[in-house]
Amino acid sequence: MLQQAKRLSKLALSPVLMLLSLVSSGVWAAEPAQRWQTNMTPGVTEVGAKIYDLHMFVFWICVVVGIVVFGVMFYSVFAYRKERHQEPATFHENTKLEIAWTIVPFILLIFMAVPATSTLIEIYNTDDAEVDVLVTGYQWKWKYEYINPDGDNVSFFSNLLTDKAEIGNTEEKGSNYLLEVDEPLVLPVNKKIRFLVTANDVLHAWWVPALAVKRDAIPGFINEAWTMPTETGVYRGQCAELCGRDHGFMPIVVNVVTDAEYQEWMGKKQAEVAELKELMSKEFTMDELVARGKGVYDRSCAACHGANGEGGVGKAIAGSPIATGPVKDHIDVLVNGVPGTAMQAFGTQLNEVDLAAVITYQRNGFGNNMGDMLQPVDIYKFKKGQ
Amino acid sequence: MGAHGPAKGFSRWLFTTNHKDIGTMYLWFSFAMFLLGGSFAMIIRAELFQPGLQIVQPEFFNQMTTMHGLVMVFGAIMPAFVGLANWMIPMMIGAPDMALPRMNNWSFWILPPTFALLAATLFMEGGGPNFGWTFYAPLSTTYAPPSVTFFIFAVHAMGISSIMGSINIIATVVNMRAPGMTYMKMPMFVWTWLITAFLLVAVMPVLAGAVTMMLMDIHFGTSFFNAAGGGDPVLFQHVFWFFGHPEVYIIILPAFGVVSEVIPTFSRKPLFGYDSMVYATASIAFLSFIVWAHHMYTVGLPIAGELFFMYATMLIAVPTAAKVFNWITTMFKGSITLETPMLFAIAKVFLFTVGGFSGLMLAIAPADFQYHDSYFVVAHFHYTMVAGAIFALSSAVYYWLPKWTGKMYNETMGKVHFWVSFLGFNLTFFPQHFVGLAGMPRRIPDYNLMFADFNMMSSIGAFIYGSSQLLFLFNIVRTITHGKPVNSDKVWEGATTLEWTVPSPAPYHTFTTPPEVK
Repeated sequence: MLQQAKRLSKLALSPVLMLLSLVSSGVWAAEPAQRWQTNMTPGVTEVGAKIYDLHMFVFWICVVVGIVVFGVMFYSVFAYRKERHQEPATFHENTKLEIAWTIVPFILLIFMAVPATSTLIEIYNTDDAEVDVLVTGYQWKWKYEYINPDGDNVSFFSNLLTDKAEIGNTEEKGSNYLLEVDEPLVLPVNKKIRFLVTANDVLHAWWVPALAVKRDAIPGFINEAWTMPTETGVYRGQCAELCGRDHGFMPIVVNVVTDAEYQEWMGKKQAEVAELKELMSKEFTMDELVARGKGVYDRSCAACHGANGEGGVGKAIAGSPIATGPVKDHIDVLVNGVPGTAMQAFGTQLNEVDLAAVITYQRNGFGNNMGDMLQPVDIYKFKKGQ
Repeated sequence: MGAHGPAKGFSRWLFTTNHKDIGTMYLWFSFAMFLLGGSFAMIIRAELFQPGLQIVQPEFFNQMTTMHGLVMVFGAIMPAFVGLANWMIPMMIGAPDMALPRMNNWSFWILPPTFALLAATLFMEGGGPNFGWTFYAPLSTTYAPPSVTFFIFAVHAMGISSIMGSINIIATVVNMRAPGMTYMKMPMFVWTWLITAFLLVAVMPVLAGAVTMMLMDIHFGTSFFNAAGGGDPVLFQHVFWFFGHPEVYIIILPAFGVVSEVIPTFSRKPLFGYDSMVYATASIAFLSFIVWAHHMYTVGLPIAGELFFMYATMLIAVPTAAKVFNWITTMFKGSITLETPMLFAIAKVFLFTVGGFSGLMLAIAPADFQYHDSYFVVAHFHYTMVAGAIFALSSAVYYWLPKWTGKMYNETMGKVHFWVSFLGFNLTFFPQHFVGLAGMPRRIPDYNLMFADFNMMSSIGAFIYGSSQLLFLFNIVRTITHGKPVNSDKVWEGATTLEWTVPSPAPYHTFTTPPEVK
């Protein structure tokens, strides 16, 4: 029914369609076609295709109704202008007509409600997923955690990769401007993937149009969604719920790969987890901590505190009362953040090894020379409240 | 009129209880807010003119989107319709004034200080409200700037003003109709406002409840919206939209009323299907209470809830369509002239219907998962709010300005205003459907290059639409100062309602003896 209606309406409206496709194919400029994209993507999932069909079905009903209604309207304006039609008619009701135009829209609505209902039921069926991913929204980045019932979960953060210079217009913008991340979500093709969506601070929404998924991420609650991509490729999306200052800078990149590639990637990730576990119980030397800490600092701290600890958006590290004061307070600031300021809680974002390293680096670098050093186990104990 | 004329000077306006004075003040105030909210929109569109951050920082951008929404909804559109109600309802039902004139004075004078306070938050430490006009918790509670407390106070004050205004309208319409004017003989504008007033009385306290819960969470240690304390952030959305959805009909129903007056006048034919118009308006009002969660399809409602809200939302199309068909049938076989008010009224019906179509698409829950919080939604609600409400307001001002002032506006300038508005409006908001479908989220200060071209079109359109409003202002001021006196009290050939039986300009006191309605 749906297909038929689509084909019929396409036939009837082919001139409009041609015009639309001319516009969308970019006759105005020799730009890549996607610059003038005018419509929703059917995406790479069965559900996405169904949603697209439903969207087009309702759209064409609206177009047909619109042509009829606006046709009568503009005909009335042109045919019954005062200069052509001096004597207005006096009729002002017609019960049969009024009943008819109440019933006809109602019937049209039923035609729309039927496919909408079945698609909705499908979207809600999250059973029998083969991969479970916990997606957590943070201000302003995403955390992905692969739930492994047989062992340790693999997890990582996914941050915006676009250079500040591109955003500030001092450098040319790349084609994935604002839609690129340092570490994408990797998913296997043709497998049912269930997303468990939540948030750490405020509301976010995880939206990837090509995968036909949009779900709000709500602190304290876990929402479910699912997808089954049928084609490999890179799919991009963004946070869709206003979540504060950097709401516009919170992209999502999903890399859909073959099952073999996925297994290989997962193996590598699991090895990293195992390695980290080992490092947790290792006794580090000062040099090792400082070297690792510098890497962590440059990645996670330098943007606010300056490359040389001179400060910026955040306070200076060099000679700061935190970095030269009691160690416990220093750990507290990093693990729990400072509420009401831009200093985030890194306790969940960095692992114990990196936290120990970066604190040691901050206390000994930038001319602070405190001489003390921390081991991962110290951070672990702090987090456990010991 | 000399002996019973208004007092002179500032005290006339400060202490006035005259419905016309208060109506005038409402209208000027809302126009000022329209320009203020519009200038926020110009900043938004200037930043979005091209990719990259060039004019404002994201923090300020968020304040602009928030203030634009708040000022336009609560400062421009709602007070403008209250102003029209004050001016026109007594004159349309043959009453000498509003039922509660002293309260009427209060309900206006609450507004200017309230909006001054709201605007002042922009200069406070931490900046103004930056959490969107829907101010979802916990962004607006746990993570809000300190000025949020002033924002809560402002929302309370404007709610009080709205409730007082509505009570006044209900009391006036119920008690002060001229002899012989039964409910089913009232002009449509009066009907739509009566229903709107009931909506306002029902839902403004809900909004007050929402902001009070916020206040408690921020300052008194409760956890209504904080999951860590046992609360629920989604509760905020339920409460907000239980107010917010009827609110959009509070904005649109009086606009329906305006076009139901203007179209018959310029078609020289009675309104088609008056009775069904009344029933349709009442049905829309009723349905508006049971569809709030269609703003929340993606929060994770249970499927039964999702289906209920989808079906109920789709149903709104039926009475709304009936109204559109009635307006068009009113024009059919009429004797139509296209003066400025009629142009705005026809455009309102046309563009509002376009917004209705995208609204129907949004009602379909599975598809809404893709539309939600994208620019498609921005396009949709601007087609209903700007074309639906503000075009109707322009129509109303041109329609009644000769009655208010006794002078005729400049028709050519009015038509230029219309065509520039129409063009600018469509250039602004039509491309937003496209970028929304292509995947651009709303409320972002910067975007990928693929959205660049349509955004540039949109910004150019916004500057055109925005500047055309200065022409509107100029035309109004010029009418008041230099307009040619109108040559008849009736002004428009096809006008039939009671306000056209009194002199133009309308005297300071009308209907000291009630007219008889047959």
